[in-house]
Amino acid sequence: MAGKPKLHYFNGRGRMESIRWLLASAGVEFEEKFIETPEDLDKLKNDGNLMFQQVPMVEIDGMKMVQTRAILNYIATKYNLYGKDIKERALIDMYIEGMADLNEMILVLSLCPPDQKEAKIAQIKEKVTDRYLPVFEKVLKSHGQDYLVGNRLSRADIHLVELLYYVEELDPSLMANFPLLKALKTRISNLPPVKKFLQPGSQRKPPISEEDLEKARKIFRIK
Amino acid sequence: MAGKPKLHYFNGRGRMESIRWLLAAAGVEFEEELFETREEFEKLIQGEKKSLFPGQNSMVEIDGMNLVETRAILRYLAAKYDLYGRNIQEQAWIDMYVEALKDLSDMIMFFPLSLPGEKAMNLEYILQRATTRFFPVYEKALRDHGQDFLVGNRLSWADIQLLEVILMAEECKPSVLTGFPLLQEFKARISCIPTIHKFLQPGSQRKPPLDEGSIETNIFIWLNL
Repeated sequence: MAGKPKLHYFNGRGRMESIRWLLASAGVEFEEKFIETPEDLDKLKNDGNLMFQQVPMVEIDGMKMVQTRAILNYIATKYNLYGKDIKERALIDMYIEGMADLNEMILVLSLCPPDQKEAKIAQIKEKVTDRYLPVFEKVLKSHGQDYLVGNRLSRADIHLVELLYYVEELDPSLMANFPLLKALKTRISNLPPVKKFLQPGSQRKPPISEEDLEKARKIFRIK
Repeated sequence: MAGKPKLHYFNGRGRMESIRWLLAAAGVEFEEELFETREEFEKLIQGEKKSLFPGQNSMVEIDGMNLVETRAILRYLAAKYDLYGRNIQEQAWIDMYVEALKDLSDMIMFFPLSLPGEKAMNLEYILQRATTRFFPVYEKALRDHGQDFLVGNRLSWADIQLLEVILMAEECKPSVLTGFPLLQEFKARISCIPTIHKFLQPGSQRKPPLDEGSIETNIFIWLNL
């Protein structure tokens, strides 16, 4: 069989982090090739490695996969983290697409101009406590099971716990009124592959520093 | 068994149009409850048909579920009607193709929300992306395998989505497929598939593009603010 999956991205969270979380949680070892300069990205493009001229790109099972959701779908299906039938998959998809909206807001926060940041953060916090977390707390309450869907671990749990770590980074008090989500976070964090990924020295990336943000802006030619 | 799928949305393309395309192509009859005013919209989101996230503005009732989130609905339909490939690799290719097409179709869909001063610039950007980033990939895919369909030598969600986006792009600029002979053939071929041909006829549930200043355009605008 092919070697380990190889991730092509810059050395930061961005759109690749959820892929790192999913692979790690599935116990899959992976390699990373970091894009450090605009020239690195140009080379990837010019060598015909990026189908739509964009990263993330993941070399996996003989394919050069692009489009974050396509990559995540493939990994989830391959490692049995996508429900047992199409109805469970529909439920998982509804949950994770909702999470993706919130994840996107947090992701682009680092690109927000300093004078708008505080307002943006307030907006996100409100959405977290009023719109998103209550839904997932309610789901867990409604069936009383340890996992969001189908009484077993799925990508929905992994993506949610990743998101809860970002929520906690933003403001730990946001989780105060969501006991079941806190319990889910603890439970998933204690699964051996996840626990390993949460240790220092793993391939999990920290929040982006100012310096790395400048570097990323240069690489992706973002103003 | 359950009745026909029922779509809840406003009377326009928006996020529901790809779903209409997929259902129609699969030969599935569906009903629509289209809201026309703000009051109806409020009633929908507060009504008995509770949707998962507060403030959702689109929903499909199907097989005993109230599905929200466009991608969740599309994937369910694609899988149910055997338009999602025969194995995990084919699914991967279909996903890559449709995700990229969504980037392009979103650009076109949100074009009516452009500020007046930006309209020309946005249109040029859309066409540039279509002809240099996206269409070449699909032209090449068809050329490389020489088959009639994008993935697995049979009709899939990817083909239906590509046709939809080609037609949207042609509405922006009729000659947009110049230089893409295989895509032109593809367009003709897929349009002839009986279920799709039917959907392309006047009187079908296919929705027209938004007319500037129309009620539907205004609804679309405040749905997406």
